[in-house]
Amino acid sequence: MAKITLDHIRHAYATAPRGEDTQYALKELNHDWTDGGAFALLGPSGCGKTTLLNVISGLITPTEGRILFDGEDVTHLPPEARNIAQVFQFPVVYDTMTVADNLAFPLRNRGVPADKVKSRVADILDMLDLTGLADRKAHSLTADLKQKISLGRGMIREDVSAILFDEPLTVIDPHLKWQLRSQLKKLHRELSTTMVYVTHDQTEALTFADKVVVMLAGEVIQVGTPEELFSQPEHTFVGYFIGSPGMNVIPVTIDGVHAKLGEHTVDIGGAVDAPASAQMALGVRPEYVRLGDEGLAFQVDRVDDVGREKIVHGRISGNKVSAILGEDDTVPTDPKATFMPQGINVYANERRVEVRR
Amino acid sequence: MLELKTVSKRIGEATHIDSVSMTMEPGSLNVLLGPTLSGKTSLMRLMAGLDRPTDGEVWVDGVNVTGLPVQKRDVAMVYQQFINYPAMTVYDNIASPMRIAKKRKAEIDNTVERVATLLQLKPYLKRLPLELSGGQQQRTALARALAKNAKLVLLDEPLANLDYKLREELRAELPRIFTQSGAVFVYATAEPEEALLLGGRTATLHEGRVTQFDDTVRLYRSPADLVTARTFSDPPLNVIGAVKQGDQFRAAGLALRVPDKFKNLFDGPYTIAFRPHHLSLASEASDNTISLQISVTEITGSESFLHATIGGEDWVVLEHGVHDPAPGTTVNVAPKLDQMLVFDRLGEAITPSTLQRAA
Amino acid sequence: MTKTYNNKAWFLVLPVLFLVAMNAVIPLMTVVNYSLQETFGDNLFFWAGTANYEAVLSSERFHTALLRQFIFTFTILAIEIPLGVAIALAMPKSGPWASVCLVLMALPLLIPWNVVGAMWNIFSLPDIGLLGWSLNSLAGAISSLLNLPPDQALTFNYTNQIGSAWFVVILMDVWHWTSLVVLLAYAGLRSIDDAYYRAAKIDGASRWAVFRYIQLPKMRQVLIIAVLLRFIDSFIVYTEPFVLTGGGPGNATTFLSIDLVKSALGEFNLGYAAAMSVIYFLISLFVCWLFYTLMTQSDAKREYEQ
Repeated sequence: MAKITLDHIRHAYATAPRGEDTQYALKELNHDWTDGGAFALLGPSGCGKTTLLNVISGLITPTEGRILFDGEDVTHLPPEARNIAQVFQFPVVYDTMTVADNLAFPLRNRGVPADKVKSRVADILDMLDLTGLADRKAHSLTADLKQKISLGRGMIREDVSAILFDEPLTVIDPHLKWQLRSQLKKLHRELSTTMVYVTHDQTEALTFADKVVVMLAGEVIQVGTPEELFSQPEHTFVGYFIGSPGMNVIPVTIDGVHAKLGEHTVDIGGAVDAPASAQMALGVRPEYVRLGDEGLAFQVDRVDDVGREKIVHGRISGNKVSAILGEDDTVPTDPKATFMPQGINVYANERRVEVRR
Repeated sequence: MLELKTVSKRIGEATHIDSVSMTMEPGSLNVLLGPTLSGKTSLMRLMAGLDRPTDGEVWVDGVNVTGLPVQKRDVAMVYQQFINYPAMTVYDNIASPMRIAKKRKAEIDNTVERVATLLQLKPYLKRLPLELSGGQQQRTALARALAKNAKLVLLDEPLANLDYKLREELRAELPRIFTQSGAVFVYATAEPEEALLLGGRTATLHEGRVTQFDDTVRLYRSPADLVTARTFSDPPLNVIGAVKQGDQFRAAGLALRVPDKFKNLFDGPYTIAFRPHHLSLASEASDNTISLQISVTEITGSESFLHATIGGEDWVVLEHGVHDPAPGTTVNVAPKLDQMLVFDRLGEAITPSTLQRAA
Repeated sequence: MTKTYNNKAWFLVLPVLFLVAMNAVIPLMTVVNYSLQETFGDNLFFWAGTANYEAVLSSERFHTALLRQFIFTFTILAIEIPLGVAIALAMPKSGPWASVCLVLMALPLLIPWNVVGAMWNIFSLPDIGLLGWSLNSLAGAISSLLNLPPDQALTFNYTNQIGSAWFVVILMDVWHWTSLVVLLAYAGLRSIDDAYYRAAKIDGASRWAVFRYIQLPKMRQVLIIAVLLRFIDSFIVYTEPFVLTGGGPGNATTFLSIDLVKSALGEFNLGYAAAMSVIYFLISLFVCWLFYTLMTQSDAKREYEQ
């Protein structure tokens, strides 16, 4: 268990020319990740999340900066010297060993006494519902069972500084995903080890983590609790990337406490500080768009009935806006949209600005 | 039109496809929904003519094509992996099936133009597939399938290898593309959510059987049996065995009023089920609430998934907002009673119409 | 999985059937035919029944040749397989040196067999061959170091010493064929995903554990192929030892195939040689089958467990 400190980390791959900030696969990072926390690195492919994970695991030495585990500099230590565990995207099992031997492997390699190994393996087998398979050869199991073994092997050691997960649920069927996710969550609660989880799937990131690190183009654009990311995205990209459908971003001009949206005016509840030249926009999640008889004229393009809710795609003054309706709600004829006040965020050049209420 | 007539596929002792009958109209989108190894890919291979059914027949537009090899059928396929000709430009990739069919140059140009516009690939026509992002590569594979103008287009989890957000965008585009093309589309997926976003019709697969084939939303709302309901539920369906006694369903920790539509049901043991979003937290226990013991909670920021147990069954409650009761505590939830699903001992769904028939 | 629906495709197999018939079935049947008869030329044949087979099976000469053959085959297998795997493990994984190594490894395989034999013949001659002369000098030096009397002095001369002859024959085969094992094992190693090595590092696995639990299991399939190929090739080896030693000194390196040729063409004992061929063929087939079943048996057992 350890606190992970990223001290002015930057990384550029050897092929990229140095100097300019745009050349870095990982732009300057300066973070403290608390001991025992569950962190998720979330972003589209190529955003640098895997690079960052490799920096933490020691597969990559960052071009600049230091990485510390509990204040101890590990920047130049190889993965095996960092006292970490890792679970990969695809199952990695030792085919010729039994399930129990697979789990015991990291412990036996470190000379843990046999009775200790036995009880620990039994615990993990039990947690993952694998007890019945303990003596089966790993070779003959299905992909999702193999991935369960990989997860178990990642969690078998109690003394690791951190457990790293690299998109571990990619090969898992949706139903089992629910099961494994909640098992992971439970395990985190019981082990209280620092965990870092890389994924492009917002549901996995949000449900797993206490703190989600959203990345875009090598840059961390927001670190926050799932709630913060949902209600106050610091960047329009966070609003778009988290939530499905993503946040509506509507270009407006700001006039005092009002936003002008075509012929309409929306009360934003206070004044904002932003340079006059900035591109202003309102960010409103579809969950906070209400369709009724009063408000802004809403032109419906399409309604998707997705079972537990209806997603209405439409336009307000030519801007695309989507709204979410309940399962049994119907779209009013000649609908008008209103934005719920708590769901309105204001953005200047893509960055969120505070509304002085 | 594609018809499967009691099609089965057995290899040795193992039954891969078990007597499947389906009719699919031109211009329709048909989703095959089921977990890994439920038979989605096997069924697609039979539709395509890559495999020959052990029993049953495959008909296309009123002609029996059983046993006709894939080359002689009019089929296009898109796979989970992004399969393109790596040495050809995007343009040549899309044009390749038409070149094989010896179409005229002008016609090829026209079609590539049209399909590339549809899939937003026009800026990339001169590039090689490996210079593109995953989403663009898969769109190229889709464009090639569309350019072939086949009567049957089979898509085997085409979005599974893409980023979540890209998937969301392509999913929104696909139904539009499908309806414009007029072919029979068959789309395999393991994700219930994907089926719902795509719409069209859905066939749920379980151990090689099609358990139900119907309009997607209708299938979701009124599954014919428990297996279908479970297959088509994400988060998982909440199920418990209960006994109907008069106007109540009773089980340990639960006594619920029988909804009006099930009033005429005989007393006895049944399986009742609720979808996670039909349960909501109640401030205190009262009539028609269920007590659950919390095992873990997951919070997405806008919603909370409360995992809990009741009578040995794992349940999930989907609640708006942030709720984080400690593990081990007991919470009360109020179900939407009129959304209750009821199944008999054989797992068959009980609906007002089955009740009427019984009466 | 994929089935052929078009039965016309069977016609495409006809040329192969024809070729197989011409170069395998018909000659084999001719040999079987010969083995049951006795001939002294002039196309005169006398029915001999199983007499030839009885003669072969009770022949002391056949027994020793067969024993020599097995000793040779198992010796080279015991050297080439571990050595090949070891070299494959030591080769660079990527970069220009990987290609250089692969080309170097492939070189011996490109040399015609009789050339290999001739090369080693000259190379090992005790007076003018580099290897022979060196070994001979080394033996002399050791002898004088140990103060051995001249009549007991160590020498190296494969043309008249049994041990030396075996040494050169085996060294030649190892030189010629280890590369094949290396290339197969290397291909097997390359197919292992990097994640396995990373996982093993993180799990704290030793170099030996990585080999034992990751590399060896993943190389299994190619090693089965390597063992089978090397078994068959060495069991029927003829050209190289024949050119190198001619089966000598005496009969010391007369392997089955050399003995066969001696009986058939040297002594013109056609019936006997034919019977020997058939027995030789059956032994090869049986040992191949034995190897294959033994090596794939555990696989089958695993499948069954599913």
